[in-house]
Amino acid sequence: MYVYADNAATTAMSPAALAATIAAMQECYGNPSSLHSIGQEAAEKLEAARATMAAGINAQPREIYFTSGGSEADNQAIFSAALLGKKKGKMHIITTSIEHHAVLHTLKRLEKEGWEITLLPVDKDGMISAQQVADAIREDTCLVTIMFANNEIGTIQPVAEIGAICREKGVLFHCDAVQAAGHLPIDVEAMQIDMLSLAAHKFHGPKGVGLLYVRKGIILHNLIEGGAQERGKRAGTEYLPGIIGMAAAFQDCLEHMEESTAYVQKLRDKLIQGLSGIPHSILNGHPEKRLPGNVNMCFEGIEGESLLLWLDQNGIAASSGSACTSGSLDPSHVLLALGRPHEVAHGSLRLTLSEYNTEEEVDHIIATVPKVVEYLRGISPVWEKLEKGELPHVI
Amino acid sequence: MLYSDKVMDHFTNPRNVGKMDDADGVGEVGNAKCGDIMRIFIKVEDDIITDVKFNTFGCASAIATSSMATEMIKGKSIKEALELSNKAVVEALDGLPTNKIHCSVLAEEAVRAAVKDYYDRNGIEYGDELKSCPGHCESCESCAGH
Repeated sequence: MYVYADNAATTAMSPAALAATIAAMQECYGNPSSLHSIGQEAAEKLEAARATMAAGINAQPREIYFTSGGSEADNQAIFSAALLGKKKGKMHIITTSIEHHAVLHTLKRLEKEGWEITLLPVDKDGMISAQQVADAIREDTCLVTIMFANNEIGTIQPVAEIGAICREKGVLFHCDAVQAAGHLPIDVEAMQIDMLSLAAHKFHGPKGVGLLYVRKGIILHNLIEGGAQERGKRAGTEYLPGIIGMAAAFQDCLEHMEESTAYVQKLRDKLIQGLSGIPHSILNGHPEKRLPGNVNMCFEGIEGESLLLWLDQNGIAASSGSACTSGSLDPSHVLLALGRPHEVAHGSLRLTLSEYNTEEEVDHIIATVPKVVEYLRGISPVWEKLEKGELPHVI
Repeated sequence: MLYSDKVMDHFTNPRNVGKMDDADGVGEVGNAKCGDIMRIFIKVEDDIITDVKFNTFGCASAIATSSMATEMIKGKSIKEALELSNKAVVEALDGLPTNKIHCSVLAEEAVRAAVKDYYDRNGIEYGDELKSCPGHCESCESCAGH
């Protein structure tokens, strides 16, 4: 048995998305910008996909700009709002300390170029309140960018409340919905979202494609110059098979969202329940307001990379926020923002489920993780000190 | 694959893992905050390391380098053990990713720390090179002061 439990990293394509993508590659090779009938057929399919994506988030088709994925969409949204703000002398941006790096690193660059960034702290469950946003908004604030749901700990933010505050104060609100799209209902009108990013491969669509929703009237800044594709705001021949595959995947998710959520959430809760019995462990993220498939826990006295490589040896694909897996010297900025000490954050494990996981697979994870944790604690000098009382248990 | 077969072998089937109650020297290096702690126990008879054990908190390469380092000094003289370099450990493992080289440095330092402890316990004089951390650990925040 090999259990894929890393669906927040990426997902397997759904049969519907795969069929649509392959069919588009085989049969619809025209360039949507061409005037001949093969090209126009491609253009029609492109617009049909745009309409599907727009309808799925309650937007207008002309408000959808296809991109290479979530990172590009985040970059374009933030740079656009920042430059619009600058024209009005507004160079203050509000975000949270737990955003994806596609947001944080973009803001870091703006900070170097003169913008002022406010990083709102989160509470112990990774939540931001609309009140925090309201209190942080200033006369010169040009953008609030807050994620819909966190990629590591799954915490879902009060997006509609934040949207209402931003609208009331006349500040643009960008929402990185990469982890939420296809899994949670999104309504850009009701939630008063001005810009929203999503990526197909997080909801069983193909990799390399995503979109940026931009409310009508907001002027986008181009990241890629060239042809007139995407209303002149994103040059380059459209990745039509990917876009068609994304629309098929999204449609499939929307049609089954209620049953998928109920099913995945049940598996998630069983998994949390099953792993919570491990001594000196703690769940990261909000206990209820979390993505249906997200489980993220810290285990004291062990290091996450060795945990996840042992799980891989035992047929489980997971991820960790340890420094060794983050590619930097520090463990996950999200876990640190929750107040987890470095040594605890190093011992984190993220298991993210989808509707393709089964109860048997969850049972396999529940049977395996405690054994691996016990083994690694058995060879850990840190665990020995914790057990002897030479170091205090933190969790 | 991120790691060589040798690294995966020493990670999943570590040699000399365990503790030693009657060790003649124990060396511990690293820092939990950085995510790596290695502890090496040595048993010494007539200047020969007759037995060695390790405990490690850390990533796969930290465990694999501990395992390989213990294997490389077992049965060797103290002098030979002190000559063990992190490069030799890396080579014996068929390489490590660049960002994991510090694990091999930690293994080298753990061996030296165990020998230093053995010298201290037995009142054996040693040079300055064993007295302080050699300062390879610039990758470790808490050691940045060296």
